[in-house]
Amino acid sequence: MTRYALRRLLASVPVVCVASFILFWAVRATFDPLAKLRQSVDPTGLRRETVRLGLDRSLPEQYLLWVKGFVQGDWGTSTRTGGTVLPMVGDALGTTLQLVLWGVALAVVLALAIGLYSAARQYSAGDHVLTGLSYLGVAMPAFWFGLVLIQVLAVWPKQQFGLADPPLYFVGLHSVGHGGFDLDYLRHLVLPVVTLTVGLVASWSRFGRATLLEALSSDYVRTARAKGVPRRRILLRHALRNALAPFVTVVAMDTAALVGGLVVTEQIYSIPGMGKLFLASLETGDVFVLLPWMFVVAVAVILFNLLADLSYALLDPRVALR
Amino acid sequence: MTQPTALPAPPPPVSVPPTAPGDPRISRVVLSRFLRHRLAVASLIVLVLLAVCCFGAAWIAPYPRNAQNLLEASQPPSGTHWLGTDSIGRDYLSEMFYAGQLSLAIGLGVALLATLVGTAAGAVAGYLGGWPDEVIMRVADLFLIVPPVAVLAVSLQGLGPSPLTIVVVLSGLGWTLIARVVRSRVIQLRHQEFVEAARVIGASGPRIVVRHLLPNLTGLIVVNVSLSVAMAIILESTVSFLGYGVQPPKSSWGNMLTQAAGLIGTSQSYLLYVPGLAILVTVLAVNFLGDGLRDALDPRGRQR
Amino acid sequence: MKSATEETGGAAAPLLSVRDLCVTYRSDAGPVTALDRLSFDLRAGETLSIVGESGSGKSAASLAVMGLLPRNAVAEGSVRFRGQELLDLPDREMRAVRGRRIAMVFQDALAALNPMMTVGAQLAEAVSVHDPSVSRAELRERAVELLDLVGIPDPRTRAGQYPHELSGGMRQRVMIATGIANEPDVLIADEPTTALDVTVQAQVLDVLARVQDRTKSAILLITHDLGVVAGLADRVLVLYCGQKMEEAPVEPLFYQPAHPYTRGLLAALPRIDRGTRRLAQIAGQPPSPTNRPTGCPFRNRCPHAEDQCAESPRPVPVGDGHITACLRAREIASVTP
Repeated sequence: MTRYALRRLLASVPVVCVASFILFWAVRATFDPLAKLRQSVDPTGLRRETVRLGLDRSLPEQYLLWVKGFVQGDWGTSTRTGGTVLPMVGDALGTTLQLVLWGVALAVVLALAIGLYSAARQYSAGDHVLTGLSYLGVAMPAFWFGLVLIQVLAVWPKQQFGLADPPLYFVGLHSVGHGGFDLDYLRHLVLPVVTLTVGLVASWSRFGRATLLEALSSDYVRTARAKGVPRRRILLRHALRNALAPFVTVVAMDTAALVGGLVVTEQIYSIPGMGKLFLASLETGDVFVLLPWMFVVAVAVILFNLLADLSYALLDPRVALR
Repeated sequence: MTQPTALPAPPPPVSVPPTAPGDPRISRVVLSRFLRHRLAVASLIVLVLLAVCCFGAAWIAPYPRNAQNLLEASQPPSGTHWLGTDSIGRDYLSEMFYAGQLSLAIGLGVALLATLVGTAAGAVAGYLGGWPDEVIMRVADLFLIVPPVAVLAVSLQGLGPSPLTIVVVLSGLGWTLIARVVRSRVIQLRHQEFVEAARVIGASGPRIVVRHLLPNLTGLIVVNVSLSVAMAIILESTVSFLGYGVQPPKSSWGNMLTQAAGLIGTSQSYLLYVPGLAILVTVLAVNFLGDGLRDALDPRGRQR
Repeated sequence: MKSATEETGGAAAPLLSVRDLCVTYRSDAGPVTALDRLSFDLRAGETLSIVGESGSGKSAASLAVMGLLPRNAVAEGSVRFRGQELLDLPDREMRAVRGRRIAMVFQDALAALNPMMTVGAQLAEAVSVHDPSVSRAELRERAVELLDLVGIPDPRTRAGQYPHELSGGMRQRVMIATGIANEPDVLIADEPTTALDVTVQAQVLDVLARVQDRTKSAILLITHDLGVVAGLADRVLVLYCGQKMEEAPVEPLFYQPAHPYTRGLLAALPRIDRGTRRLAQIAGQPPSPTNRPTGCPFRNRCPHAEDQCAESPRPVPVGDGHITACLRAREIASVTP
C-alpha cells in the first residue's frame, strides 16, 4: 500500500511539472510582474528588479529558478502586499480547509442519510420530494444561492426585527476580537458552509441513491433475502457496504476540487481563503502569489485523488494495489 | 440410458448494433419513450418559451435594449414595468430577455463546440489507442488539476472577455468530460462483433468510426450536449458575476446578479431573485430534458 | 423436527403444495405471463426436478415460492408449505421461513455471493439471522463445519477468504453450504451447475446428493439439463411456456415420454446407441411470451397437432404418478417418436 502510494506520487511529478510550466508560461504571458515599476520615474529600479527576479533570462530558465526557490521554501514576495508569499498561501489554505472540513462532513452525513432513505423507500412520496430537491440543488448556481441566503437569513431578519447584529454573520469567519471555536465562529460558519454544501449534498445523495439501488437489485442481495436477512440489515450490511467504496471515491475526488474551487463562496462571504486570495492576486496581476497558488491546488487535487484510490482499495477486497 | 446432455441452453447474448438511427420504427419508439417522460416534455416547452422570449426580445420585450429613463429609476414592479426598473431606469423584464440572449447563446455555443471537440478527441483516442490515446488523455488530465473558475478567470483576463472568447475558453474546459465518456464507449464498442465484422469485410478505419461507431454514440452525445449547456450557463454566470465574464454594457444573467448583489438589504432586494431564478429554471429544464433524452435514446447508458 | 409431517398424515402428505400458480410480469410491451396455472407437490425428502428451456418460467416458479419475485411481478394462486399459505404471508413471517424452512441455492455464485463479505461471514449470517443466540465462536465453528460438509478442503482458511479468491466450483459449494446452513425442509436449487465446467458439475451434484442424505431435505431442482435430472431427480416436471407439459417419476419420463414436447427433447439428446446420425431438433420457435396462443402452447411445433389442440389442455393420467397435458397422449402413445 505504502509502495503503491509512493509510486503514484512519483508518477504524478511529471504531470505537476508540465502543468506548472504551462501555468507559469500562461501567467507570465498574461501579466507583467513589474507593471508597477514601469510607471515609476526611476529607470534603475526597473533594471535592478528585472535582474533580481531573473526576468532577463529565457522562460525555461526562469521557470527552473522559480521551481528551485519554490522547493527551498522561498516563494518570493507578493507584489500586491509586499509580504512573503509562503505564510500568505499557508494562512489562506488553513482557512479554506476549515470550510472544506465542515462542509464535507455535513454533506457526507446528509447525503448518506438521504441516499439510504431514498433507496430504502424508492418511489415513495419522501423519495420523490428528496429527488426533486436534489435536482434543484444540482441546478442551483452557488453564488446566487449564497446571495439569497444572505438576504433571507441575515439581512432580512436583522431589518425586520431591528436586531443589532444579524442572527448569522456573512463577513469572514470571526468577528473582531474573537478567535478559535466559539459561538461567534459558528454564526460565521453557517452560511458559507450551507452554501457550499447544497450542491455537494444534492449530487452525492443522488449518487448514493443510485449506487445503493444498484446494490439492492443485485444477486447477492437476493441471496441475502433468501437467507431471511431482515431489510434493515440488508440495507446496511449488504447494500451500504457495497456502495461505500464508490461513494467514498466520489467524495474524495469532489473534495479535491474544493480546495481551489471555493472562489465564489469565499468571495461572497469575504472569507480570506484560497479563492479570495486567488481573486485578489488576479486583479493585481500578482504572479508570485498566483503561481504557488496553482501549485498548492494542483498538489491538493493529486493527493485527494490518491486518497480516493487508496480508500477504494481499502474498502473493496477485490482491488489489490500493485 | 442417456448421456448427461443439455436442453437448448440460453442463447449467448447476440451483439447487434444497439441503435440504428434512420430506421423509422426506432425513431418512433424513441419519440414515444421521450413523450412519456412528462417532465422532459414540460422542460422542452419551458426552454422553447425562454428561447422565444430572449431571442425574440426585439419584438417581445416591452422596452428597447438599454433604454434608460433616469426619471423612472429604481421603481418597484408596476403595470408599466412588470418587474420594476433598475438603478439607471431600465425596464428589468426587458433587461432579463436581452441578457438571456447572451446567457443562452453562450450556453448553446459552448455545448456544441465542446461536444464537437470532445467527441472527435474521444473517438480518436478510443479507436486508435496507443500514443494518440495517451497524449489526448494526458492533456485532458491536466484540466482536472486546476479549478475551472480559476482557469476561466486567468484566460479571460489574458484574452479579453468578449462573448466569443468566453465560448472558446469554456469549451476548452468542457471537452474533456465528453472526450472521456466517448472514449470509454468507443473502446467498449470497438470489441463488439458488429465492429469486428465490419473490419473483417475490409471497411477502412475512418469508415468504421463514422458509419458504425458514431451512430451508436448518438444518445451519449445528445445527452452530453444538454449536460454541457447546463454546466456552461452556470460557469458563465459565475464568472460574469465575479467580473471576469460578460462586461457591461453587455448584460447576461450573471452580471445582472453582480448589480443585484449590491441591492441586498435595500427595498429592491427582490431584483436578486429574478436573474437567479432564470438561471435555475434554465439549468433545471436542461437537466430534465437531458434525462428524458437519455431514457429515450440510450436506455442502457444510465450512469451517474 | 419432522413431527409436523407425521401429524399431517405421514410421508404421503406433501411438504410443499403449489396450486394454480400464475406469475405475471409487467413490461413495456404489456403483461407477460411467465407461469400459467402451475400445480405440483413436493414430498418430504424427495427430489423433484423442474425442467424447461430458458423462458419456460422455471425460475419464476422458484422465486414465487420464495416470495422473492421482483417488484414488477405478481404471483397468484396458492403456495402452501406444511399447510400454511405462503403467498399472502406478511414479509416478517415469510422471512422466518426463508433460509430456515425453505432455502435456495442460486446459479452464478460469483454474483450471488456478497463480494465484500468473507465466505465465513456469509455462512454465519445465514445461521445467526434465524438464531441470534448463537455465539460468535460457535458461528465460526458452524461455518467451518458447513464448508467441510460441502467438501471444501482447508475450510478454516477458506472461511476467512472472499468469494473472488475461490474457484467457481468452490463458490457453488459455498452457495450450497449457505442453503443447507439451517437444515431446511426444502432446498430449491436453481440451475446449480449451469455456470460450471463439466467435471466440476458432477462434483457439485455429488455434494448436493450427499448433503440431502444428511439433512433429509426435499430438493426442488430447477434445470435445463436433462443429464442433471437423470442423475439426481426422483420425479420430473416438464415446463413449456409457463405450463406443465408432463409430470412423471424419472424412469417413465425417460422411457415412456407421453407428451410430444418431452419426446422432442429426448430425441434431441445425442445417444451412443444411435450412432452418428444428425441430432433431431424440434422445428419452429416457442411462441412470444407477450402473445401466447390459446390451447396447447406447443401445438404450432407439434407433429401430432389437430383441431382439438386449440382447446385448453387438461391433465391426462397415463400411468402411475404420470400425467401429461397432451389431449392426444393415448392416441399417439403407440406411434414411435
